[in-house]
Amino acid sequence: MHADGTSHVHERDHDGRHPHDGVTSQVVDGAPSDVGDHSGYTETGQTRITILENLLSENDRVADDNGRRLAASGVRAVNLMSSPGAGKTALLRKTLERMGGSVRIGVLEGDIATSLDADQLEGAGATAISVVNTSAGFGGECHLDAVMVQSGMERLPLSDLDLLIIENVGNLVCPAEFRVGEHARAMVFAVTEGEEKPLKYPVMFRAADVVVVNKIDLLPHLDFDLDLFLSNLTSVNPQARIILASARSGEGVEEWCDWLGGQGERELTHSED
Amino acid sequence: MLPDEVQVMHELSICRAIASTAAKHAEGRPVTQVTVQIGHLRQVVPDALQFSWEVVSSATDLKDAELVIEQVPAVIECLHCGAATTLESPILVCGACDGSEVKLLSGEELLVVSIDLVDA
Repeated sequence: MHADGTSHVHERDHDGRHPHDGVTSQVVDGAPSDVGDHSGYTETGQTRITILENLLSENDRVADDNGRRLAASGVRAVNLMSSPGAGKTALLRKTLERMGGSVRIGVLEGDIATSLDADQLEGAGATAISVVNTSAGFGGECHLDAVMVQSGMERLPLSDLDLLIIENVGNLVCPAEFRVGEHARAMVFAVTEGEEKPLKYPVMFRAADVVVVNKIDLLPHLDFDLDLFLSNLTSVNPQARIILASARSGEGVEEWCDWLGGQGERELTHSED
Repeated sequence: MLPDEVQVMHELSICRAIASTAAKHAEGRPVTQVTVQIGHLRQVVPDALQFSWEVVSSATDLKDAELVIEQVPAVIECLHCGAATTLESPILVCGACDGSEVKLLSGEELLVVSIDLVDA
């Protein structure tokens, strides 16, 4: 790779600080006097500027803003993630039907190009729904980022809400990396997806505070090995709260709603069951 | 273990973040190299990142900049026995005692380390 690569590698761990903390080191200004430790490069007519900035720091800054705005309005936000078709919208509909009468719930729908998911939720009991299509820019974005959520929040009456559910774009990779200002992260996994998924998508499974294992009404018809899945899940995320559920039959929906309802009453820490 | 189903979209998003971070610090000066550190747990495929970089940078002032990717292994420290384990797969289990209460020391990096500028 490059000759002096080792000269700054010692800085990379930053005492184990989590990369989501934003800028992991003070940015060195571009003036040549500030880059003396990389003076080897001046001989080649180049100057190396040390940056050590988290790629997501700009996103995280907006996410922090979003989180503060939500907190100021007394709204707890849950980022709901899954692969396409795992049943996020169906679970959400059941959630709204069950809780919508007692908790003022706003829904921020991330969808690549349509409002079909939001249409499914109509009349189910949400106080307000805001749709964010992610197809601005080139191609449809595969996730919601903090700026998209910020604009979606502007169309929601935050002062009239207790809970905001952010339904992310169906995808097992990208949404996990982009904080949007949520207070907790929930993941919906369908048993039709296969036992190995936690090992293939550890970033997503590690990011979740709670994993709803959905479509368990289908278990008798599948070769899905639930114990193997749970063991895989625990190996990548030992702290995750696990809820077995079926949005279709309603099983587990009460436990999920209890978890959601509890989000308003405490700062989120990984629950021990 | 290679995450074979990971979409290239992921790398595109990351490249856009790299480009905007690098451009912000370059302040219009010509950049020859951008060095990033990517932790193994980020599931970034280096070839896909390089490909995405060409797509993303070609439309910007960074089109002549080479992307250098430093991959950072995932290392955990066991909270029971204190052993450090470098992971070959994303299974967070101590290599010495099989304990699963571990602290992640590295592997989640997504950093722009440096940019190289042509001296004026």
